[in-house]
Amino acid sequence: MMRLPWFEFRAPRSIAEAARILADEGPQAMLIAGGTDLIPNMKRRHQSPRTLVSLRGVRELRKSNGTLGAGLTLSDLVNDGAIRERYRGLWQAAAQVATAHLRNMGTLGGNLCLDTRCTYYNQNHEWRKAIDFCLKKDGDVCWVATASKRCVAVSSTDTAPALIALDAKVKLVSTQGEREVPLVALYNNDGIDYLTRRADEILTGVSVPLGWSSCYWKLRRRGAFDFPVLGVAAAVKLAKDGTVEEARIALGAAASRPFLVDKAGEFLKGKKLTDEAIAEAGALVASRAKPMDNTDLDLYWRKDVASHFAAYALREVRGDDMREARLRIARQVL
Amino acid sequence: MNAVRIKLRVNGEEQEILFHSYKTLLEVLREDLNLTGTKHGCELGECGACAVLVDGEPVLSCLTLALECEGRSIETVEGLAQGTKLHPLQAAFADCGGSQCGYCTPGMLMTAKALLEAEPDPSRERIREAISGNLCRCTGYQQIVDAIERAAAEMRGTRA
Amino acid sequence: MSTENKRFNVIGKARRRVDGRAKALGQLRFADDLVLPRMLHCKMLRSSLPHAVIESIDVTRAEQHPGVHLVLTGKDFPIPFGIMPVSLDEYALAPERVRYVGDPVAAVIAGDEHTANEALDLIEVKYRPLPTIATPEEALAHPEPRIHDYGEQGNIHRNLAYEFGDVEEALAKSEHVFEDTFFFQGNTHLAMEQQAALATVEGDGKLLLSTSTQNPHYLHRQLSRVLQMPASHIRVIATPNGGGFGGKCDPANHEIVVSKAALLLGRPVKICLTREEVFYQHRGRHPVLMKFRTGVTKDGKLTAMHLQTLLDGGGYGSHGPASTFYTGVLTPVTYELPRFKFEACRTFTNKPPCGPKRGHGTPQPRFGQEVQLDKIAEKLGLDPADMRLNMVTKRDSLTASWLRIGSTGLAECIRTVVERSGWKQKHRKLPLGRGVGIACSAYMCGAGVSIYWNKMPHTGVQLLLDRSGQVTVFCGATELGQGSDDVLATIVAEVLGIDTGLVRCVTGDTGITPIDLGSYSSRVTVMMGNAALQAAGRVRESIAAAASESLGVAPDRVVFSQGRVFAAEDPDKGMSFTEAIALAEAKFGTLSTVGSYSPPRAPGRYKGAGVGPSPAYSFSACVVETEVDPETGWITVPKIWIAHDIGRTLNPVLARGQVIGGVYMGLGEALMEEQVFRRLPPKLSGALVHRIPSLLEYKSLTALDMPEVDVTLIEEPDANGPFGAKEAGQGPLLPVMPAVANAIYDAVGVRIDEVPITPDKVLRALELKAQGKTPRVGPENFPQVPYPAPIRVLPPWEGGDGDELKSPAGEPWRKKVAA
Repeated sequence: MMRLPWFEFRAPRSIAEAARILADEGPQAMLIAGGTDLIPNMKRRHQSPRTLVSLRGVRELRKSNGTLGAGLTLSDLVNDGAIRERYRGLWQAAAQVATAHLRNMGTLGGNLCLDTRCTYYNQNHEWRKAIDFCLKKDGDVCWVATASKRCVAVSSTDTAPALIALDAKVKLVSTQGEREVPLVALYNNDGIDYLTRRADEILTGVSVPLGWSSCYWKLRRRGAFDFPVLGVAAAVKLAKDGTVEEARIALGAAASRPFLVDKAGEFLKGKKLTDEAIAEAGALVASRAKPMDNTDLDLYWRKDVASHFAAYALREVRGDDMREARLRIARQVL
Repeated sequence: MNAVRIKLRVNGEEQEILFHSYKTLLEVLREDLNLTGTKHGCELGECGACAVLVDGEPVLSCLTLALECEGRSIETVEGLAQGTKLHPLQAAFADCGGSQCGYCTPGMLMTAKALLEAEPDPSRERIREAISGNLCRCTGYQQIVDAIERAAAEMRGTRA
Repeated sequence: MSTENKRFNVIGKARRRVDGRAKALGQLRFADDLVLPRMLHCKMLRSSLPHAVIESIDVTRAEQHPGVHLVLTGKDFPIPFGIMPVSLDEYALAPERVRYVGDPVAAVIAGDEHTANEALDLIEVKYRPLPTIATPEEALAHPEPRIHDYGEQGNIHRNLAYEFGDVEEALAKSEHVFEDTFFFQGNTHLAMEQQAALATVEGDGKLLLSTSTQNPHYLHRQLSRVLQMPASHIRVIATPNGGGFGGKCDPANHEIVVSKAALLLGRPVKICLTREEVFYQHRGRHPVLMKFRTGVTKDGKLTAMHLQTLLDGGGYGSHGPASTFYTGVLTPVTYELPRFKFEACRTFTNKPPCGPKRGHGTPQPRFGQEVQLDKIAEKLGLDPADMRLNMVTKRDSLTASWLRIGSTGLAECIRTVVERSGWKQKHRKLPLGRGVGIACSAYMCGAGVSIYWNKMPHTGVQLLLDRSGQVTVFCGATELGQGSDDVLATIVAEVLGIDTGLVRCVTGDTGITPIDLGSYSSRVTVMMGNAALQAAGRVRESIAAAASESLGVAPDRVVFSQGRVFAAEDPDKGMSFTEAIALAEAKFGTLSTVGSYSPPRAPGRYKGAGVGPSPAYSFSACVVETEVDPETGWITVPKIWIAHDIGRTLNPVLARGQVIGGVYMGLGEALMEEQVFRRLPPKLSGALVHRIPSLLEYKSLTALDMPEVDVTLIEEPDANGPFGAKEAGQGPLLPVMPAVANAIYDAVGVRIDEVPITPDKVLRALELKAQGKTPRVGPENFPQVPYPAPIRVLPPWEGGDGDELKSPAGEPWRKKVAA
């Protein structure tokens, strides 16, 4: 059986108390919410925090009044009819994270802060020793791109691209105060330093504007368990005649951060979502996908299909019936 | 080294246990409570073999800190039968071939129990979705789906 | 006892398996569920280098770590072991050389796993790295450094060649000759249970090892060898296996280590492998490169086949010598093949050892053969189902290689899946993106010879009955989930006319059960079943003799049915089964009988003729439907139909479960399962590691990826099977992979001549097609392999006698025929 390392355990009851503990303990303390990302990482000795600060007892984080509490589980989101109605892309993303069990445990905040992933990194300590470790943890070389000075581990969160397309903002709280930043600005394109969140900050909630028509398409091998190897989120505002007033397309699992493909959004603005426009926007999206050989499935193929996934997403927000394609790709109707 | 003492409510019974604080619920169930019905296949959240119900929801005990279970209700496969009477799911698994080697069975059963409590009449597709977080290497899942369907009918009292 | 025309009480009825209740309760104790007082825990340190000499190991700091009781290294295990007597090349802990990342080098026994893990970090091993061999091609190109100092030559472990009739002559005369190369990637068993073992010294001073093994008997022998103890002082209990699929057949390092530790410490010692370690223990499907040259007539009958295989064996021998044979020997069983030549070569590489996985050695050539047949059918303008139907092997026939086929239901299997799938309305008729494919297979019901040479039975069963009415059956066979306990209970219950619930099975315990060679090669139903039939028949005779006196009828007029023993002519005249036992116990004394079974002698007499013969062969035919997105190559499998010739169905619930489970595993191998390795840039690193040793990244189908399977059991009773029964555990896996490949061709017109078949390969082939190139992805060529001169044997219909021709290979074939 794999065992966790020893740790101190703290269970604050409020955001303020949690923030105080983080401030006191310094970077040796880590937050734990659902634990579905951190616990496996600790078992594999990616992280060995001296102190775990559990957010489970912080009730404020589970509220959703206007903003979505970071402590809501992914199942909470999936079971919320209003979210399905208003934020379809977020709902589809949450519904496709891992498995039902993991969605019952994992939280929205945890999924947004998910550690970046790489087939050279997400391995047991013994395996990593056999490759003399890697840039992201305990080593000097990035084995994916040996000339790279930067770690290219992949952002593997599903909810982030969905929420970026929806133009969401996140709130970060520390003893120093609180700040709200666009979600897209939470991320750096760096597999190690992938968040702009400071170690003493707590991501407490997400505010998502209304009025977008959205969806999320996830590429993975199987109908469950797997992290995305490509995620395409689209959100549009359409005029009555179908003309695009605003469009935001975000990509996940295509770099060390989820990001917005501005060019595709700008291209679509003022156009109708014709097959031609969708194809062209799909090509723009695909040109920004730079997959590396550090996830499941062939990287060239992942690059090849990016335009198709963008097209699926745009066709869905156009109003096409995509259930058959969904069933084939997601193995379930969403 | 820190040993901690907490109270857990396991299969309806309050238990006070002393355990190493690093342990997950899986380790505490198996090693400190000798409830070895809950299995492990990876200890990393990648197989579903260790699924138990915490406050009625299926979760993975391998990723749940035992420390975080204080005061919560935990159900394991050992609590499923009533005395010597099998739960309808257990009977159906045994009769329909839902269990071959039996190793994924406890996790499957607990997952299915939560499903049927929430949705008494699920379609085969819905059953497949619900158990898609539980890997099985023996059955190809079909007879597991058969078993859950049959148990659902039995529990609805509509079995022909 | 007649196998025909009998109405059965138990056989063929859908029943809860005898161990079903315990499994549904979670009560079954798997190896890692066992706990003993004062138990210690073991963890092993494994090599982080793929190939190296161990210069020194310093365990001082580990030994001094608080809570550590013992540290073992290679010097504690001077005797090598291995599953096959010709490949005793493993040490429980490597003494001087490591051969793959994960090879065990030291072990720590401590009060708990956490402490043992900490101590592993304190062991200092100095390695001198050696150049690594990653592939069979490298193994052929680099005879040095040798991974082992035994074997054929260089890094070739086994190399063999057989020719049954003059194949070149037949190919030259054939109207068409097809030449194709295929590759089958390696994959692993991935049983849900991680191997665990608990060793203890019992009160009588003898060693007891309780472990998740498929083969307690072979393990028992190897323990005796390595520990240098008489086998009578060792008892091995095979705990219920949480899935095996071949992965728990080899005696394993950890089993020997905890045994030794328990003997040294006088305390129970347990180990449970982590999932990553299970990937290193491996012994799974060999990656195999294959080349087929097949001659056919214009109406699609085979004239001759020349098959060459090249196996990637990994770092140790394991079952390799047998695996090498199995990439060829079962090929002629499905279709009439007048002449056959096969050459096979297994190489050593610096990777975890390959061995037996469900289908052992045959899925790979079956894939190639069945895909090639699809190509042949298309070229000749024949329906691939009809073409197969037209050339199935016949009942009571011999193959060119002298395998005796008894019963066969293959034709019925083909007709059934064609009918049920709507084949005639679908094949070559579905719109672009949808297709169907068909493939067939055959598998053995137990190997004709044991792994070590001996003249003793392959299995034994003992029955014990007493006046309380209880029936206890003892057998060394091992329950893996496949239902061997239920087979045992079913046969005994049928013969004695009682309910299976009355039979207590005591199995897989070398201390108290008669020897059974193990749960491998689909041998249990036929072999154990026949032994059970004999034991039960004998005790039935005694009971009938005693009851007949009381009933006043002749013993052969006594009927055993539904828990009663009564007169055939007057069913009211009778007694309960328990009363009948009491009469027999009074008449004969304590009631116990035994049965045993040895397979029939095979007709082949040439060296190597021992691999391939089986008391019976099962047959399967499978149709797979696919949907392939022509834009992305994405593959969906909405439905699978399979018909399996099982001889006789003992319990349809279990039989169907075995068939669906085999289809599931085959579909996983077809679409995603692969055990693959990664080398880092050689200038920077010598690493050669398993790419994905985890349940997340080694992809196995979830409930959402697995379609519904339409199963038909074809009952073509075999004279050698108990009540005519044959195997179901392995055969149904085999046709799935080629049926998927053929269905993909039918859907989008591209050939993927290798597994797994992934969307990127399909898309690449579609791109080739769009460019007007050959729409195929697969191996481009087959390397030069220094196969030996073949052992030449004349087929039965060419005047052969089953022995090899004594004239040297260069001389013409006709000499012997003339003589």
